[in-house]
Amino acid sequence: MEKLIEIRKIRKQFPGVLALDGVSMEVLPGQVHGLLGENGAGKSTLIKCLTGIHQPEEGQILVDGKEVRFENPKQAINLGISCIYQELNTIPELSVTDNIFLGQYLRTGAGFLDYNTMHTKAKEYLSQLGQEIDPKTPMRDLGIGQQQMVEIAKSLSRNARLIIMDEPSASLSRREIDELMKVVRYLADKKVGIIFISHKLEEVFEVCDMVTILRDGQHIISEDVKNMTNESLIANMVGRELKELIPKEVHPVGEEFLRVEGLTRYGVYRDISFSVRGGEVLGMAGLVGAGRSETIRGVFGIDDIDGGKVWVKGKEVSIKNPMDAIANGLAFVTEDRKGQGLVLNDSIANNLSLVSLERNFSKGGFIQKKKVRQRSKENVDALRIKIASLNDPVGQLSGGNQQKVVIGKWLNSDPDIFIFDEPTRGIDIGAKVEVYNVMNALTKQGKAVVMISSELPEILGMSDRVIVMREGKVMGELDRDSSNFNEETIMKAAWGGKI
Amino acid sequence: MANINLGKSWKEVAFKLAPLLSLVILSVYLTFASSNFLKIDNMMNILRQASTIALVALGMLIVIITAGIDLSVGSILALSIVTMGVALKAGVTNPLILVLVCVAVGIAFGVVNGLLLTKLNLPHPFISTIGTRNIGQGLALLITGAAPIIGFPKIIEAPGAGNVGGFPVSFLLVLVAYVLVHIMLNNTVLGRQIYSIGGNKEAAIVAGINVKRVLLFVYGFSGFMCSLAGIIYIGRVGAAIPLAGPTTDMDAIAAVIIGGASFSGGKGTVSGTMIGVLLIALIRNGLNLMSAASDLQYIVIGLVIIIAVFADVVRTKVEEKARRLAKA
Repeated sequence: MEKLIEIRKIRKQFPGVLALDGVSMEVLPGQVHGLLGENGAGKSTLIKCLTGIHQPEEGQILVDGKEVRFENPKQAINLGISCIYQELNTIPELSVTDNIFLGQYLRTGAGFLDYNTMHTKAKEYLSQLGQEIDPKTPMRDLGIGQQQMVEIAKSLSRNARLIIMDEPSASLSRREIDELMKVVRYLADKKVGIIFISHKLEEVFEVCDMVTILRDGQHIISEDVKNMTNESLIANMVGRELKELIPKEVHPVGEEFLRVEGLTRYGVYRDISFSVRGGEVLGMAGLVGAGRSETIRGVFGIDDIDGGKVWVKGKEVSIKNPMDAIANGLAFVTEDRKGQGLVLNDSIANNLSLVSLERNFSKGGFIQKKKVRQRSKENVDALRIKIASLNDPVGQLSGGNQQKVVIGKWLNSDPDIFIFDEPTRGIDIGAKVEVYNVMNALTKQGKAVVMISSELPEILGMSDRVIVMREGKVMGELDRDSSNFNEETIMKAAWGGKI
Repeated sequence: MANINLGKSWKEVAFKLAPLLSLVILSVYLTFASSNFLKIDNMMNILRQASTIALVALGMLIVIITAGIDLSVGSILALSIVTMGVALKAGVTNPLILVLVCVAVGIAFGVVNGLLLTKLNLPHPFISTIGTRNIGQGLALLITGAAPIIGFPKIIEAPGAGNVGGFPVSFLLVLVAYVLVHIMLNNTVLGRQIYSIGGNKEAAIVAGINVKRVLLFVYGFSGFMCSLAGIIYIGRVGAAIPLAGPTTDMDAIAAVIIGGASFSGGKGTVSGTMIGVLLIALIRNGLNLMSAASDLQYIVIGLVIIIAVFADVVRTKVEEKARRLAKA
C-alpha cells in the first residue's frame, strides 16, 4: 500500500538539547499508529515538525511519496495533515459551526457568510462521528469530549487524511473514551491515517495497529502492536542508560521536616498526605496531570486549598502565600522555567538573587551589589553554569543552564525543604547529572528533598521513598529497600492499580 | 539595565542611543532654524515647561515598568491642586498644611488605583484608571464649581515660578527626584522587585515577592508625583485650574516609551525617560519658535511617538538577532 506519510531520519536541535536525533516513522492510509515515549522523548517535537510549526534541520518528510518542506502550519493543513492538540484550540464564545469553519468560512454568491450551508455541513460531519450536537450551540456549553469531537469534525471539513491526536483521552471520562475509540476506528475505516499519542497502554492495545517508540529524541522501535506486550512497551520506553548514570548517594535520615495531611483542592486533588525527613529524597511519581504539581502549588501557597494541614519540623504552619512558604524554609524549583522560574529579560545575577534579595543581599532596603556579584560568581562556579557575563539576560542561556540559575536562586535563600518539579525536563544528560548532584549535596547537608518527576529512571534512581499519584489521589508509597521498588510497580500504580 | 556593552554590534548601541541622538540633532537644527533657540532665556523656559511632565512621567515610568499604566495622572494632578485651592478658600493659609493636603490627595488617589488592581483584582489598570480619571476630573470640577482658584501663598508658587541664579527651581526639583528614583530603581530591593514584577509576575510571586504591596506602592507613588507636578503647575500658571490635566497623561506616557520603556513591562530607565521628556518639550518649543500652529504640533508629536515605538520594535529585533548570531 502507498505510504501516506513517511518521515526519514529527521533531526531537530534546540539550544542545549537535541530534541530529535534521526527519527523515522511511516503511516499508511487507514492505519492507527501509536506514538509512545516518556515525557521529553521528542513526541511533541516530532508532531510539530509534521504540522509545520518546527522545521527540522535534517531529514525528509514525504507525503504520498513526494518530499515536502513545511514553512508554516497552513501548508501542512493544505496537504491534509491536522492535529488535535491536548489543549484544544477552540473559541468558547463561538458556535460549533463557527469553530468548525474558522478560517475557511463558506460564502454565498453575494459574499455573505453562508450559515445555512455551514450549519447543515457541520451537522453532517458531527453525525458521521456519531454526535448529535446542535451546530448552533456555543462551544463553551459542550463537555471536553464533545469539544474534541468538534475538533475532529473540523479536521474532516478540511479533508484531513492524517489526523494526529496528542493524548486525546487525557481528560476524558471512561464513556467518552469509548466513544473516542469508536471514532478513531471509524476514521481508520475511511482510510484516514492516525497518529495516536497516549500514556495509557491499554488504549494502545485497544486501538493501534502499529507503535513507534521514541526515547531521548531517538527512534527506538517501530513494530506491529500484535508483537508487543505491556512489558516490552515499557522496556523500550524506559532508558537504561540514564539509570546507570544516576549518582545516587544515600545519607542518614533525620527528623521529619515536612508533613502534609489531607490536603484537598476540590476537583484537582483530594486528601493528599505525605511526609519527608531531613537527608531524604521523596519522589512523587505519576503521569502528567496526576495532580502532583498542583499539590505542591497548594503546599507552597500559590493556589488556595480547600482543606488539609501542613507541618514544618513538627510545628503546624499556615502557608497562605509563597512568602509564608519561603519564611518556613521551603524552596520550589518550578516545572515551567520560563513561566514561573525566571525573569528572562533580566540579568543572570539579578535572577540568582531574586528570592533572597531582601533577606540576604540588602541592608536598609539598599541592595549590596558586591555581595550579589560575589554570591552569583560562587553560584556560577559551584553549579558550573556556562555564561559569558553575569549581566547577560538569563533568557540567552540554554535550558540546562537556565535550570541551574533557578536552582541557584533557591539555594541562595538557604531553605531546608527543597521541592523540585520535573527538574531535568528538556535538559541534556550532562546537566541532568549535575542536578542530581545538587540533590545529593542537599541531602548530605541533612536537608529534605521532594522531587516530582515523570521520568521513571530518575524517580527510581534518586528517591529514597516514592509516592505515586493518579487523578489527584495518592495510590501508594514505596520504599527504596522494599522488594517491589521497581518500574513495574510504579507504572501499575500510575495507571490505576494498587500497590 | 542600560549597560552599553561596546562589544556588541554597533547597530544595537546606535538603537539604544537613538533618542539621545535625535535630541542632539533636533537641538542643532533648532539652533540654526531659529535665532532665539539657543538663548539662555529660551533654554530655561524649556526646562520650566518640561518640569510638570517630567514629574508625572517619573511616576508613570515605574508604573509602566510593572507592565501597568496610569491614565488618571491628569485627574490626580488637577484634583490634588484644586483640593488644596478649596482648603485655601476655606481659610487654611499655612503653606505646609496646604502642601500636605495636596500631596495627601495625590497619594490617596494613587493608592485607590492600586487597590482597584490588587484588592478588587480588576483585570488591567488601563480600564480602571480610565474610570478613576473620569471620577477625579468630575470631583475636581464639582468642588470648584468649574472655576480656577487663585491667590496661593508665594512660597507655594515659588517652586514653579522661582529661579536660582537664573535656573528654574522646578527643574532643580526634577533633577533631585530623578536622581532619587534612579537610585531607588537600581540600588534598592524595592526597585529590583518593580523590574521583576514587570518582567515576570508569576516568577515574582513564586519567589515570594509581595507583589500586591509593591504594586500599591507603585500606584501610590505615581499619585504622589502627580501632586508634586501640580504644585509646580500652580507656580507656572498662577492658579489651580480644574481642567489642568487633560494632555498630561499622554505626554507622560509618550516620554516614558520614547525613553525606551515597554508596555510589556520589565524595562525602562530614568535617564531614558528624561530624554523622552526633553525631546517632547524641545519639539513643542521649537515649533512655537518657528510659529507653527498647534495643529502642526499635534501632528509632529504624534509622528515622533510612532517613530519612537517603531524604533523600539526594530531595536528588539536587532538585539534578538545579535543574540542568535552570538550563539552561531
